[in-house]
Amino acid sequence: MSLATETRPMTRREWLLSDRPQSRLQARLGRAYMTWRRFSANRLAVVGLLILLGLCFVAAFADLLAPHSPVIGNLAGARLLPPGSEGYLLGTDDQGRDILSRLIHGSRLTLAVVVLVAIIAAPVGLIVGAVAGYAGGWLDAILMRITDIFLAFPKLVLALAFVAALGPGIENAVIAIAVTSWPPYARIARAETLTVRNSDYIAAVRLMGASPARIVFRHVVPMCMSSLIVRVTLDMAGIILTAAGLGFLGLGAQPPLPEWGAMIASGRRFILDQWWVATMPGIAILIVSLGFNLLGDGLRDALDPRESGQ
Amino acid sequence: MSGTEYLSGRRRARSRKAVAAALQFLVVVATTYIGLLAVTFFIGRVIPIDPVLAVLGDRAPAHVVERTREAMGLNLPLYQQFFIYCRQALSGDFGVSVLTTNAVMTDIRRVFPATIELATLGTLIGALIGVPLGVLAAVKRGSIADQIVRVIGLVGYSVPIFWLALLALLVFYARLKWVAYPGRIDIVYEYTFSPITGFYLVDALWQRQWDVFRDVFRHIILPASLLGYFSLAYISRMTRSFMLNELQQEYIVAARAKGLSEARIIWGHALRNAAVPLVTVIALSYAGLLEGSVLTETVFSWPGLGLYITNSLQNADMNAVLGGTIVIGSVFIGINLLSDLLYRTLDPRTRAR
Amino acid sequence: MSALLTVEDLRVSFPTRTGVVEAVRGVSFTLGRERLGIVGESGSGKSQTGRAIMGLTPPHAQVTAKRLAFDGIDLLSAPPKLRRDLRGKRIAMILQDPKYSLNPVMSIGKQIVETLWRHEKVGRAEARKRALDMLAAVQIRDPARVFDLYPHEVSGGMGQRAMIAMMLVAGPELLIADEPTSALDVTVQLEVLSILDRLVAERGMGLIFVSHDLRLVSSFCDRVLVMYAGRIVEEIAASDLANARHPYTQGLLNCMPVIGADRHPLPVLDRKPEWAL
Ligand SMILES: Nc1ncnc2c1ncn2[C@@H]1O[C@H](COP(=O)(O)OP(=O)(O)OP(=O)(O)O)[C@@H](O)[C@H]1O
Ligand SMILES: [Mg+2]
Repeated sequence: MSLATETRPMTRREWLLSDRPQSRLQARLGRAYMTWRRFSANRLAVVGLLILLGLCFVAAFADLLAPHSPVIGNLAGARLLPPGSEGYLLGTDDQGRDILSRLIHGSRLTLAVVVLVAIIAAPVGLIVGAVAGYAGGWLDAILMRITDIFLAFPKLVLALAFVAALGPGIENAVIAIAVTSWPPYARIARAETLTVRNSDYIAAVRLMGASPARIVFRHVVPMCMSSLIVRVTLDMAGIILTAAGLGFLGLGAQPPLPEWGAMIASGRRFILDQWWVATMPGIAILIVSLGFNLLGDGLRDALDPRESGQ
Repeated sequence: MSGTEYLSGRRRARSRKAVAAALQFLVVVATTYIGLLAVTFFIGRVIPIDPVLAVLGDRAPAHVVERTREAMGLNLPLYQQFFIYCRQALSGDFGVSVLTTNAVMTDIRRVFPATIELATLGTLIGALIGVPLGVLAAVKRGSIADQIVRVIGLVGYSVPIFWLALLALLVFYARLKWVAYPGRIDIVYEYTFSPITGFYLVDALWQRQWDVFRDVFRHIILPASLLGYFSLAYISRMTRSFMLNELQQEYIVAARAKGLSEARIIWGHALRNAAVPLVTVIALSYAGLLEGSVLTETVFSWPGLGLYITNSLQNADMNAVLGGTIVIGSVFIGINLLSDLLYRTLDPRTRAR
Repeated sequence: MSALLTVEDLRVSFPTRTGVVEAVRGVSFTLGRERLGIVGESGSGKSQTGRAIMGLTPPHAQVTAKRLAFDGIDLLSAPPKLRRDLRGKRIAMILQDPKYSLNPVMSIGKQIVETLWRHEKVGRAEARKRALDMLAAVQIRDPARVFDLYPHEVSGGMGQRAMIAMMLVAGPELLIADEPTSALDVTVQLEVLSILDRLVAERGMGLIFVSHDLRLVSSFCDRVLVMYAGRIVEEIAASDLANARHPYTQGLLNCMPVIGADRHPLPVLDRKPEWAL
């Protein structure tokens, strides 16, 4: 760049895109901006993001948005009303409860499951993988063998067995899903760690006397973050489906909680005549997991251009 | 070193390598299996406060409880219990089901063919449609066809399988009447038809009972198509990405330079290379369908292992649940190994010569 | 000398996100049954010229020419089927890197036989025999063994010979060799070159030999085209190279090491923007 451009005040965009950032913050913001530009060029990914923002919004303001109580219905006058009935946009279920209100409140449960699984499973996988990759040797061998063993398991069936032993309930469902979903994260973290472990800057940090723990947590783990985030986002859809499956089998959230999978199960009896009772929650699940899949695809393409097109 | 010496040295090195690979293979199988048993042991014996009650239910009389405690070896230290547990599991002894009062293994042997038949047909449908769709999407990258395949895949990834199964029943059974009532075979044939292998389609064909075959087909086609759709979503997406990768390779240009037709290049060269990782994908999707049977079989009242497990779950029949888990886990391990072996035979670069 | 190939004002351009990249900008030459060298630095459009003649340009690229004719056939207006029939049978191309240009999951013999089967009706035994003969012709010592090997099991030099065999087995009249020896080390390079040389002489093929190595080309070809930024900047007889007029060619010649000469400071090509006009 010539001197001329530096004398003229830069626009904000130029500042962000500068190839000579003046501070770490500028560099970081610039990179984030580039990622955002790649991401937002992908229209479907933006749709996914909007869906999830919508989910968060609905979950946050469920009390204000829901027209009726999610658990107490009008047993006398409003049982199994079809969609479009007066005051019940999506109809009512067999206990006279408004399906829309139940869906709105159910978004909280869905969001809670997803977030809880992510904050349990991702750090576990991250630490196992980073430690294995950084330490190498027998520790690596043992940790990865355990990871591979877990990877070879049938996740859903194992989660079922866990919940069967722990007892049904949404907390236990979360634990069961988390226990079965950390191994891929460990694999990713290990792979990333192996690539950065021998890099010069890690060697430099080591020479400066940093302890292995510090190196792993301050320097290795941050490098794994972007691929991990992509993977976790893509897994979210699967987690939602598993949680809904557990709910459907009566092992997840217990009545009268408005969990979407359990709602499908309770609508199953009426599927032939009152189709909407089981159909509406399914649509909600489909939309939300589609949102996560779209967002995950978009993030992968934006954060990791190598993989785009796959 | 003379030439022959050199050669025999190489051959020895190679056979030593093969032995090492086989050993490693064994270690992988053994540790994975022990890991599986450790987890089920943990679930069955460590998590419950009283495993006897977990097995018998809480209505059992006191002397039965005491006898069972003895029989289960619960008074022994944990590691001995695990050792005994492993020995029993390896000999196929998963205890007795409270619900059916049969040995769990007997029950599983009865119901498993139904699950295998369903998952196999589902994977066949998924692979036979998914691979061509994936190839099409890759060859016509960015076209409308590509977009459609992408959407089909995305929806397949995002839809709850049991919900789609319910809707499919509503539409194809209740409204259109194209398929038969949930279940595996009509009650009319239940007593006249005596299956040999347990795979009804095969048995009916074998015994030339065409009306039975038609009936069995009308029962299986809907759940199999649904499972097929799920494996199609996964297979077509992976096929597309493998094919895109292969079509960029230089050997494709070389094949064109030889004057080969596009069809020959796509199916004979690119797909032949993509087939190497695809085998793993198809094997994994097969395993996924076996596992997914837990949800689909419930909806379709399909009398397979999945329905057996969920029925046992609802009745707190832990022996049956864990037995089923171990069997499905073993099949998973087996499928993983098989796909590994297939990978090696398909790719000359990893093939032992 | 009857013209085997006529190229007149050949242009290849790639539309990209940042604008149109013109890889080849008006190349013209004619070729008889002779050996023509094309030299130029990396990115000067040599490969794209060769690929355009073969019809192997990627589909999104645009190829135009006033005339592009092979033995009287107008290539650009020829139907795809005819072009496919020509490829491998009458015009063949050797690609740069044998490691990536051979199908890794198909045995070498099968890849050679495949070319033959595509263009001729021959039986299994006959095809195998011709492939083995061809392998012997490219100086592979144990053809029967190599026939069943997979590409990863042979060395780079052997792979390149297998590639040559695969492309020549149907007896083409024109061979485009796109840097056939760049991936090989010097001794193997010379061997492969002598094989090519002999085959061209024996069969009376036309040869377009693409390289960035001016000395190699001048010792091997009858005539040399020098390309720069998608254009031919000089056409010169190989024997006449010392009298090159274009400053770029002179620059290239200057950069070639001469045994015994003092090379300090190392000469650097001083590119002038007006060459690219
Ligand atoms: N697919 C493509 N899209 C855009 N530009 C391309 C594409 N392929 C080639 N080019 C451009 O065409 C120009 C010529 O490429 P070409 O491969 O012919 O060079 P070359 O002379 O063979 O170089 P080398 O000696 O490195 O092989 C290059 O500048 C390149 O940028
Ligand atoms: Mg080139």
